[in-house]
Amino acid sequence: MRDKRMTVDDVVAELRDGDVVGIGGWGSRRKPMALVTAIAKSSLKDLTVVSYGGPDVGMLCATGKVRKAVYGFVSLDTIALDPHFRKARQEGRIEVSEFDEGALQWGLYAAALRLPFLPTRAGLGTDVMRNNRELRTVDSPYDDGEKLLAMPAIHLDAALVHLNRADMYGNTQYLGPDIYFDDLYCLAAKKRYVSCERIVDTAELLAAGPPQSLKINRMMVDGVVEAPGGAGFTSCVPDYGRDEAAQKAYATGDVFVEASR
Amino acid sequence: MSDVTRADICVAACAEAWRGDGEIIASPMGLIPALGARLAKLTFAPGLMLSDGDANYLTDPTGTDSHVEAHIPYRQLFDFVWHGSRHVMMGASQLDKFGNQNISAIGTDFAQPKVQLIGVRGAPGNTVNHPTSYWIANHSPKVFVEKVDVVSGLGYDRARGVGHPARFHELRRVVTNLAVFDFQTPDHRMRVRSIHPGVTIDEVVDATGFVLIGTDRGRIEATPEPDAEALRLIREVLDPENTREREVPSARTGRR
Repeated sequence: MRDKRMTVDDVVAELRDGDVVGIGGWGSRRKPMALVTAIAKSSLKDLTVVSYGGPDVGMLCATGKVRKAVYGFVSLDTIALDPHFRKARQEGRIEVSEFDEGALQWGLYAAALRLPFLPTRAGLGTDVMRNNRELRTVDSPYDDGEKLLAMPAIHLDAALVHLNRADMYGNTQYLGPDIYFDDLYCLAAKKRYVSCERIVDTAELLAAGPPQSLKINRMMVDGVVEAPGGAGFTSCVPDYGRDEAAQKAYATGDVFVEASR
Repeated sequence: MSDVTRADICVAACAEAWRGDGEIIASPMGLIPALGARLAKLTFAPGLMLSDGDANYLTDPTGTDSHVEAHIPYRQLFDFVWHGSRHVMMGASQLDKFGNQNISAIGTDFAQPKVQLIGVRGAPGNTVNHPTSYWIANHSPKVFVEKVDVVSGLGYDRARGVGHPARFHELRRVVTNLAVFDFQTPDHRMRVRSIHPGVTIDEVVDATGFVLIGTDRGRIEATPEPDAEALRLIREVLDPENTREREVPSARTGRR
């Protein structure tokens, strides 16, 4: 079996200008900040970022990496709005696709299942339809005849996620309260990179959590990076909570801050 | 007159939104709605499911003897949203007379908004799939506008345009620091349901940027004050630090 261990820089070297990059986590929770920071400091440009947005989106906007952002929201949780993302929007520097957050899941799921779209009601009648001109509706072929939003597949060139544990083959474990959509990002992407707090032996995985915590497995992963504190300043429970002071520093000044982890 | 504060009344008025909802997820956004949802669960709506802000659902979110009774990560939460087993109380930066809500952006050019807000979040899916209520901490003409800039949550006129697929759309009530509203009018325009003690109807009218229905002086009810048990729960159990006062200060007459 292949040893998939890589460094943060190895991952960045796999990315290309113009890539569509899906970033896991949720808001300011379990964001792959070590990888995101390395991208922010790289020469990459014109990225499309797909995210349940937090400081990942703000940092990449502030450093001019983003051509387009695809999201349902961008928030830092304890700070409601990300000032760097807002600035980029208010200066008209980035394109956006703003979807209902459940529909965003549907877009990733459609890509994961290699379907062109999945039907939903989430967005019908709202300005999501006006602001995303590419959206189409679809008529149910059955007797109900419902006209639904055909949420298009969101295909990713690369997925970046950060979880608690992984083995060198890519079997990956979350120990916090929620996997969020990290597994879907991996299935929706051509290249999948996991950073984790600690790389352990496969035999050790179940010491920390039940088999159900192994939500991402080696079929879904191309690279594994050991990055202790790699989600900081966002939370990565139970390994650590959010570093609120560092987040505040990020929100009020330079995006590159020292997190305590 | 009692020493019941405006904030106490707002908490109780938010709680009322969930009356009769049975065993569903109550998703309050913001402090006063969160207190309201917990109050409802502790009194007349014990079936409500309340999260800890993450994926765990607690038997008594405020109690010392509380247990995790369910685990609903976001992936599964959207199943329940689309199944209809949820009633959310959201905020709004703008709300119009048919209940169209904006939490996305201010300004008419979406490519370069004057103010970027949080994004549409779950508002489109929430409003088209299950009951929705709103909490507005600062009732003003800037919030209650003739037309919202970005329709995030679906109002009744838009839902009517969607037709059959929007058949689960239902806006229950709007609670503000001044009054309570609903949409139980023939064409589902927002109407005054009650105004909080100490508030005049003129204040409410002046603070609303569209023509309100139900402002006939002779018929306006006062928003009920919480009863003794509800008041005790609010003050001693749910919010002994009185954080609610910061969101709805007693000293304020309503308008800022």
